[in-house]
Amino acid sequence: MRPLTRPSLLSRHGLLVLGLALVGVMSLAALLAPWLAPYNPLDINVKVILAPPSWAHPLGTDALGRDVLSRVLWGGRVSLWVGFVAVGISTAIGLALGLVAGYFGRLTDEIVMRGVDVMLCFPSFFLILAVIAFLEPNLTNIMVVIGLTSWMGVARLVRAETLGLKSRDFVLAARVAGAGPARILLRHILPNALAPVLVSASLGVAGAILVESALSFLGLGVQPPDPSWGNMLMEGKEVLGIAPWLSVFPGLAILLTVLGYNLLGESLRDLLDPRLRQ
Amino acid sequence: MAETLLSIQDLCTDFLGKHGPARAVDSVSLDIRQGETLALVGESGCGKSVLALSVLRLVPDPPGRISAGKALFRGRDLLALPAEEMRNLRGSALAMIFQEPMTSLNPVFRVGEQIAEAVRLHQGLDQGQAWDLAVAMLDKVGIPDPGERARSFPHELSGGMRQRVMIAMALSCDPDLLLADEPTTALDVTIQAQILDLLSEVRQRRAGGATLLITHDLGVVARAADRVAVMYAGQIIEESPVRQLFREPLHPYTQGLLASLPRPGSRERLNPIPGTVPSIFDLPQGCRFHPRCPKRFEPCDRQAPPLFHPGAERSVRCWLHQ
Repeated sequence: MRPLTRPSLLSRHGLLVLGLALVGVMSLAALLAPWLAPYNPLDINVKVILAPPSWAHPLGTDALGRDVLSRVLWGGRVSLWVGFVAVGISTAIGLALGLVAGYFGRLTDEIVMRGVDVMLCFPSFFLILAVIAFLEPNLTNIMVVIGLTSWMGVARLVRAETLGLKSRDFVLAARVAGAGPARILLRHILPNALAPVLVSASLGVAGAILVESALSFLGLGVQPPDPSWGNMLMEGKEVLGIAPWLSVFPGLAILLTVLGYNLLGESLRDLLDPRLRQ
Repeated sequence: MAETLLSIQDLCTDFLGKHGPARAVDSVSLDIRQGETLALVGESGCGKSVLALSVLRLVPDPPGRISAGKALFRGRDLLALPAEEMRNLRGSALAMIFQEPMTSLNPVFRVGEQIAEAVRLHQGLDQGQAWDLAVAMLDKVGIPDPGERARSFPHELSGGMRQRVMIAMALSCDPDLLLADEPTTALDVTIQAQILDLLSEVRQRRAGGATLLITHDLGVVARAADRVAVMYAGQIIEESPVRQLFREPLHPYTQGLLASLPRPGSRERLNPIPGTVPSIFDLPQGCRFHPRCPKRFEPCDRQAPPLFHPGAERSVRCWLHQ
């Protein structure tokens, strides 16, 4: 007979644990960069130009002799910061518009959702490129522009949730108890609509990190000499043949972080979806 | 005679359907007096719940709309009050209990918080006082260990418990008028009896309050109500004190309802009313019940009967009692 033990967290939610671990490790590394980084990421050392990985420089050095490990760690702060702030902005906008559109319906709904349709018509990456090219390409602008061009999915999601929730009995019960629209939206509908938003936010962080890397790679993101995974890739591509470590490690960092957030998002979705829950 | 608490006068509520508007509540007039429990009886879809929601002005709009009538509560017309004042009355002077205790509580909050929220909305209590009152209300509705249960989430409670929580929430601000929409329908029979007893017990302590008990269960009516109004296809077709209704039902529909009740010990087959309730989108000419009526005669299929008053306290919408 099989012993009646509960399956461990790892065996039931392996991908969730893997995602959490990746996200945790990458976030910790970025947070602790000032203490973990063996060198100042901006320090030039002409004696060790393009040195391959060694004990002194575990991930090698770049064309100016800067330590790649230190730069990857500091670059991670940029990527994660952009990811969180941009998703924070887009989630806040999407939540507010989705709640209002779903709850009040009629003309409000029409206006908001047609706004969503219009925003979705723009190829968002090129919109971001164009806007950043006009504005100064600094971190704040990047975060705000990514946030302002990625709220539509959240808005649709929240609107759909709100439409379902507003006809539920407990919302009617709250109205019978004399609650006004603001109270109903914030206390009764919002908390019940958060599960899918959490999933979309997790996937959104991955997307925002990718967009930031792409912008930096194209030279419209974080400006040298400040490190970001994207501009490290750009600098690395010039010497890809002779110093592949310059491209491999920031690329790997992007890959693992984005994979981590995607795994986290996907397994949260499975976990929170009552139809898939056992 | 006790003073009238709520006087519904010629209330009409329409629903906009694909084939034009339909009148879900058709010129309903009903008085609820202080201290009494008035039962509103009828089949599913006859307009009972819509009537209650109309009084609270919570008919979903669209597609519903209150198109005529008054609802005088202590002399003030609820249907003409500014929205803000109406909102203040809801929960404090007017409260409602729903049929489904499973879905009427917000799943993400502890039940104590939900009761406390209802209290804080209307009485200027701080968080701690509101919580204490919530616990006291749970105690009052017979929930054992209320301090502990107040910290439960709705899914941790049984159906009967949840309905007690709903009652506690509805009564927390000591409403004058309680609208109970099928409060026992979703519960086991033994729990039903407990909840009905609880309702009449807590309501009796409240002088001057009244209850509108919506149900399709005549057993519930006999147990809990003082007077009965029977609804059919959006209209009140009979109104009577409970005893007289059960002793001598006047409308053929009411007679049919009573005849269709199972009798313990009897081996007779049940006597259902033939046919089905007409759709409010497609009402028959004349009396709305005439296609199913065993006693129909000459005027029934041509002319809709008005309400006749064959006795004190009694009224009936049937040509037989002209």
